Amino acid sequence: MVLMDAPQSKSRDLDKLLLRSGNLVGPGFFPGTDLRDDIREYVRVLVVGAGGLGCELLKDLALSGFRNLDVIDMDRIEVTNLNRQFLFRLEDVGKPKAEVAAKRVMERVSGVEIVPHFSRIEDKELDFYNDFNIIALGLDSIEARRYINGVACGFLEYDEDDTPRSETIKPMVDGGTEGFKGHARVIVPGVTPCFECTIWLFPPQVKFPLCTLAETPRNAAHCIEYAHLIKWHEVHGGKSFDPDEPEHMKWVYDEAIKRAELFGIPGVTYSLTQGVVKNIIPAIASTNAIISAACALETLKIVSGCSKTLANYLTYNGGEGLHTKVTEFERDKECLVCGPGILIELDTSITLQKFIDMLEEHPKLLLSKASVKHGKDSLYMQAPPVLEEMHRPNLSKPLYDLMGRVEKDTVHVFGTALKNEEKQSSLTKLRVVFKEVDGVADMDTAILRVNSKRKTPL
Amino acid sequence: MDPKSSLETLETTSWWMRGVLVNQKPSLLFTLVIATQLVEDSVVKLDRICREANVKLVFVRSYGLAGFVRVSVKEHTIIDSKPDHFLDDLRLNNPWPELKSFVETIDLNVSDAVAHKHIPYVVILVKMADEWTQSHSGNLPSTREEKKAFKDLVKSKMISMDEDNYKEAIEAAFKVFAPRGISSEIQQISNDTCAEPSSNSSDFWVMVAALKEFVSNEGDGEAPLEGSIPDMTSSTEHYINLQKIYLAKAESDFLVMEERVKNILKKIGRDPNSISKPTIKSFCKNARKLKVCRYRMVEDEFSNPSVTEIQKRLADEDYSGAMGFYILLRAVDRFTANYNKFPGQFDGGMDEDISRLKTTALSLLTDLGCNGSVLPDDLINEMCRFGASELHVVAAFLGGIASQEAIKLVTKQFVPMLGTYIFNGIDHKSQLLTL
Repeated sequence: MVLMDAPQSKSRDLDKLLLRSGNLVGPGFFPGTDLRDDIREYVRVLVVGAGGLGCELLKDLALSGFRNLDVIDMDRIEVTNLNRQFLFRLEDVGKPKAEVAAKRVMERVSGVEIVPHFSRIEDKELDFYNDFNIIALGLDSIEARRYINGVACGFLEYDEDDTPRSETIKPMVDGGTEGFKGHARVIVPGVTPCFECTIWLFPPQVKFPLCTLAETPRNAAHCIEYAHLIKWHEVHGGKSFDPDEPEHMKWVYDEAIKRAELFGIPGVTYSLTQGVVKNIIPAIASTNAIISAACALETLKIVSGCSKTLANYLTYNGGEGLHTKVTEFERDKECLVCGPGILIELDTSITLQKFIDMLEEHPKLLLSKASVKHGKDSLYMQAPPVLEEMHRPNLSKPLYDLMGRVEKDTVHVFGTALKNEEKQSSLTKLRVVFKEVDGVADMDTAILRVNSKRKTPL
Repeated sequence: MDPKSSLETLETTSWWMRGVLVNQKPSLLFTLVIATQLVEDSVVKLDRICREANVKLVFVRSYGLAGFVRVSVKEHTIIDSKPDHFLDDLRLNNPWPELKSFVETIDLNVSDAVAHKHIPYVVILVKMADEWTQSHSGNLPSTREEKKAFKDLVKSKMISMDEDNYKEAIEAAFKVFAPRGISSEIQQISNDTCAEPSSNSSDFWVMVAALKEFVSNEGDGEAPLEGSIPDMTSSTEHYINLQKIYLAKAESDFLVMEERVKNILKKIGRDPNSISKPTIKSFCKNARKLKVCRYRMVEDEFSNPSVTEIQKRLADEDYSGAMGFYILLRAVDRFTANYNKFPGQFDGGMDEDISRLKTTALSLLTDLGCNGSVLPDDLINEMCRFGASELHVVAAFLGGIASQEAIKLVTKQFVPMLGTYIFNGIDHKSQLLTL
């Protein structure tokens, strides 16, 4: 019987991948204890979402050699979460998900530090996100994904020749599930398509035509949405409907019943009412476990280089047999979010106010109420009132001056964009280039600059 | 997974299997067994025991960045298969008398514009199909030109461009062209030897026997009507009336089926009420979606796999990794039998392990009849690099899949995987193969 010649360590299995060299590995893979220890000491991973995917992600990452994790989630625990968000117990209902999740994983895995953030992702400074080596997403909405994607891709900078600067690349791993279906994808801004590049992958949300709801309902869902979308406003005027308010939900249910009775339509139940109003999609633990594991695996591989990575989109379907597929999607070079940025050519005389007005008219942007940021400097902020007043004097100054008189640079604009007839908050990157950068006083340098651009001598 | 503890595991398992399972009828203890990290010999042994005892079995193996999941059941029948997309059962190509009568009561050429655009497309298409067959010797459109002409016929009845019901009718016209009767898959199930009822027949097969009779008699080639209709632009009144017609037919088909089931049960010496009403009802609703899953025993797969499949996959540029891992996962078990450790399990002697694993793998390929197939050296090296490690994330992934299969098998809803799922954690180009 052969004796073990390596001491039993918790890292024994992971060490085989991190300490041993291989051929099917990532570029720049340096196996060794330094790699393993660096991952423990220095690598910081942010898990966005502490729900079905987030709980699994935290566990998976904690058990894969990561020691510095943060988790952000704005929700509190509900009873319906308990079938799959396994870190939570009945007595935790009502508590913030991020805090309980962090606590439970730390109890179970010694040495791991998890900092919970009970907040909305939009309420964090951009710098917060920049502190992480990689961001793992366990989100349940397109809007939230778009937001984080915008933030991560916002850090990306390009070289003169439009190659992404590697030190500004903030990779993300994104997972999503719906019943038996799910996906896991790797996003390396500037290299793989970002979320925005492949936004066409998501089918439009189903909405009932208004006339069906108002005039010819045929099924229980129509009656419910009539009560929820039409009758509510008729009766309650300005008061907004809150699906988490039991009284509101009961009101909608009662009205839906009345309507159903009027039209002789069966099937309205309280449970269906909740499902339709909250757009509940059933979630099961197994799919979440599968997708999160795939995401955590990719996170480990991207950070360590210990193996090649998923390129770049995995789909999973377990309802009819079992189907997995890998698709390599291509970047959209014109992508507003991860591309070098929409080129905006301006005269040096343009004021900040004029620039902000232009954004509203720009066909690719249609951005209103824009706040403008140049690197770390906020040039103008629409809100809060205190900061708005502080930045107001900038509006009458030339943008060129505010940007430090550089010929071109990246600017981030944040405002309300009109997309598919819907208003959405939008964070976009612009590549501002100033034309005719020679002012009267700069004649000499202007000639030099002009000469350096010419391909033939004067 | 060092050899000492794995031997203990084997010994414990075999004692347990000898002592507990074999002596105490495993089927009384377990509906389903999930077996993780067993080596090949144990897999074969457990499979025999569970197959004998009619206990469902799911195997999972997690090894470095590779692994597999395999279901092993003699037969798993599903009524509630819940397919994602399945054509509704509208019978536009074969309307029954009550539907025809109802359609006749509605005049497409009603003068009121609102009423005109609130006639449901089912009514429109049944009428148009009837008009067509009258002028085409009783045949429905079959050629491309005919199908186009039919759609144009429907379109010609529109009085304005905003008639959603007519737009839906044109989009749904393909349902008129669809072949009548039951699908080839259901046909196959009906013709299965198990569809000959005997005292041993499970409830499922008794109902299939009844279905077969129904299709040949009252059904006139069709299965019992499913009974529900999709949402469509319509006045509330028309829609509800239409719903009632479909529900009534489904109910009457069910009653016929119920009668036939009872008669078959009597014939085979069983209590005619032993299959409940709700079960028969569910069977009728799902008659077009039935599934039968049968799995080879693992030892059959191991000793006699599909050679063409293996060779094809090993030669596939993109997906050879998964197939390679499948062979290597079996090769490492053979390796252990010879050398008392897994290749690469310890840090020393890696080069030797690599070359030994290669030899073992090639001889396995030869044994399987796949001479000439090669495994990439990089993959063999990688397998040794893994050194039988169990990574949490890989185990979690495969465990998730295995648990999902277990749920499907136990609940008899949705369809379990048919084949062996081979996981390739390097590029995720995993494969589900019937070997």
